[in-house]
Amino acid sequence: MELKAKIPSGPIAEKWDKHRFELKLVNPANKRKYTILVVGSGLAGASAAATLAELGYHVECFCFQDSPRRAHSIAAQGGINAAKNYRNDGDSIYRLFYDTVKGGDFRAREANVYRLAQVSVDIIDQCVAQGVPFAREYGGMLDNRSFGGAQVARTFYARGQTGQQLLLGAYSALNRQIGAGRVRMHPRTEMLDLVLVDGHARGIITRDLVSGEIRRFAGDAVLVATGGYGNVFFLSTNAKGSNVTATYRCYKRGAGFANPCFTQIHPTCIPVSGGHQSKLTLMSESLRNDGRVWVPKNEADVGKDPRKIPDADRYYFLEERYPSFGNLVPRDVASRAAKLVCDEGHGVGALVDGVRNAVYLDFADAIQRDGRETIDDRYGNLFEMYERIAGESPYEVPMRIYPAVHYTMGGLWVDYNLMSNVPGLHVLGEANFSDHGANRLGASALMQGLADGYFVVPYTLGHYLVSMHRGTVGTDHPAFEATERDVRARIDKLVGLKGDVPVDEFHRRLGRIMWDDCGMARNAEGLQRALTEIPALREEFWAKARVPGGGPTELNPWIEQAGRVADFLEFAELMCHDALYRDESCGGHFREEHQTEEGEAVRNDDVFAHAAVWEHAGVGQEPGLTKEPLQFEYVKLTTRSYK
Amino acid sequence: MKVKLKIWRQKSGAPTGGFRTYDVEVVEEMSFLEAIDVLNEQLIRDHEKHPEGPVAFDHDCREGICGMCSMVIDGRPHGPRPGTTTCQLHMREFVRRGFRDGDTITVEPFRAKAFPVLRDLVVDRTALDVIQQAGGFVSVSTGAAPDANAIPIGKADADLAFDYAACIGCGACVAACPNASAMLFTAAKVSHLSLLPQGQVERTQRAIEMISAHDGLGFGGCTNHNECEAACPKEISTDSIARLNQELLRTLVRAH
Repeated sequence: MELKAKIPSGPIAEKWDKHRFELKLVNPANKRKYTILVVGSGLAGASAAATLAELGYHVECFCFQDSPRRAHSIAAQGGINAAKNYRNDGDSIYRLFYDTVKGGDFRAREANVYRLAQVSVDIIDQCVAQGVPFAREYGGMLDNRSFGGAQVARTFYARGQTGQQLLLGAYSALNRQIGAGRVRMHPRTEMLDLVLVDGHARGIITRDLVSGEIRRFAGDAVLVATGGYGNVFFLSTNAKGSNVTATYRCYKRGAGFANPCFTQIHPTCIPVSGGHQSKLTLMSESLRNDGRVWVPKNEADVGKDPRKIPDADRYYFLEERYPSFGNLVPRDVASRAAKLVCDEGHGVGALVDGVRNAVYLDFADAIQRDGRETIDDRYGNLFEMYERIAGESPYEVPMRIYPAVHYTMGGLWVDYNLMSNVPGLHVLGEANFSDHGANRLGASALMQGLADGYFVVPYTLGHYLVSMHRGTVGTDHPAFEATERDVRARIDKLVGLKGDVPVDEFHRRLGRIMWDDCGMARNAEGLQRALTEIPALREEFWAKARVPGGGPTELNPWIEQAGRVADFLEFAELMCHDALYRDESCGGHFREEHQTEEGEAVRNDDVFAHAAVWEHAGVGQEPGLTKEPLQFEYVKLTTRSYK
Repeated sequence: MKVKLKIWRQKSGAPTGGFRTYDVEVVEEMSFLEAIDVLNEQLIRDHEKHPEGPVAFDHDCREGICGMCSMVIDGRPHGPRPGTTTCQLHMREFVRRGFRDGDTITVEPFRAKAFPVLRDLVVDRTALDVIQQAGGFVSVSTGAAPDANAIPIGKADADLAFDYAACIGCGACVAACPNASAMLFTAAKVSHLSLLPQGQVERTQRAIEMISAHDGLGFGGCTNHNECEAACPKEISTDSIARLNQELLRTLVRAH
């Protein structure tokens, strides 16, 4: 596979400006002749679809939910970073760039991250102009808070519902274009394959989830913004419908998949309460601004009422291990520390399968210091959510939290223009790999999704259309015929599954394999085990699963679900291959073989300072590897320390 | 605990359906949707006894924010707990309210003329998007924005705008309204934008266009029952409807 990152030359601060000037432009009158297919309507997809339509392109936008407003970006709680330096506390574009590269444990592309920091300031302006009701101070200016991995307050927020408000902003911009007839929206529609003509992405095959109709859409470019693949673990903070299908199908058609093993395990989630658990719920990282994380020092205290454990018998493990960042260490560090204390027998909360996997997040000190009203103002909706799920009020009893799968940094490989190695196929937001390296800092996902959609792809797409694109094709092209045939054959195979076992059970079992052997801590032995267990489970799935609910020509959620789980059953193997290959610890990828005596991650920059990009070689076959070397010219490769 | 779930079953594309009752074993820690997950696994395993198959229902984030889940539980959209979506409702809430082993819980889809049932508990709420497309936005294209702090907004106004912007578009207000009106939904967006300086330029036109779209989609009018506010999982106030009327009145005054 040939990978050209197309990073512009010149000093880092000038790369994007220079590149924007050098990119070819599409004449305004010609834009309407182009049809752009945008798959996904989250922050990246909706912002791209709206902005491209504003520019004059004809856009077809697809989402599997019943409305574009329901994309999973909506569930992001904490905030969005921007290098505005409104607090006068020493922030700058360079500092946001530096923090993000370091936070990603030196496995992201410097030029992309710098551009992200640059456009972060424009995002806030745009969102405010759309009417996004960010938190404000009494003087009317925007408020900020600090987030993990940063020592400045650069996070803009809208209570604990920042993702919702930003998505509704992008959704409103999208609605304006739908109303004007420049975007045609296809809700309850799932992309099932990518159509290639002469090696270029020229269309998609979809299934209408209400009528079951299989349809062909031709376009001059395809933008995939379908989010991450955290649901491969079954239990994650992702929405139930979040899936890998669109990106995985692109991978099977030749797009490179970069660093699939880079998974973010978020430290503050509500712990599992039993075998019935269908998903996990995140408690915003912002809580760590005021909450103190601790476990009982004595194992005998783990079942006790936490309020009755005196301060001297508490182990504030983040504050003690990382005095300068304290409770605000990055997510990967906080998660591993929590796992470590639980593994050592200090975990609290209910016994599930014989273990207590939770730590306390305690607001008693903050409530005493700032008053209940202030804390309520900051976190009221999160406390309520916790109480509904856990049945206890965090105003009275410390929260119990435990890490859970939350975000995936890996994704389809893209160049500086956000185009994959398949010409015409652009990948945006969480679905691509480029900006977060091996660990994403809090409040950076919203920033990246909107940066890609509002401010990057609208420029770079035009360049593809002018310089590489080769004439319009129709859906009567034989490539559409052939791809549609593949899609239909697969659906028939799924509908034909008439065993006795619900698909959920396979998904749950796959999740357990992945959590145990490719989760917060990994080792070669476990990964090799997973690589034999996954194909066996896949075989069992095709032999014993049952897809109920009638035929393929009606609303049938179980066909959708089975198709997604079938893809996860293949994709999981790719993740394990990557995790086994990356024989170092970095960010969210913690290989137990590579750690310091204190349990901190040990990178191997000599061998692994690159993105590992995988090429499909057939189901069950070892994928092919191509490396994109990563150069660090500005942020010196150092061992991350938050002590 | 044992629960009898009396659930509305309607085939895909069928004009109507009927209730079926199922016995399910659940625990208090489960969410209501997890109880339905358990039932569905049971129906799949017992497929010979249950040719009707599992129950189709809409759900996605299961965190109370995406607005996808939509069930009428014991006669109330999103069930008995105020300010809570179906997905955030837990079985312990029923116990708290005096549920006894073997009691029946009735589950129906959101019902309204503008929300046709697609299958079982799944309804089509596209009409809500159409209302937003008519004017639920500020007409600002990407790149045209001034600095975010250029226009100060008082905290009180920003907070109140947020309260209205918190709408998740689930349609519980419509399902609760005896007229199947989407007035609370429409008013929430009009109020959110009319409270902010950015929304001033289009405020009159926005209210008219959104209400016209609303009326043309088969939603009923508002006759002040306030059922919508009681059912709203985000507890959006019907003050917004007064604000919407105020916006419409401004138009009339200006027109004469």
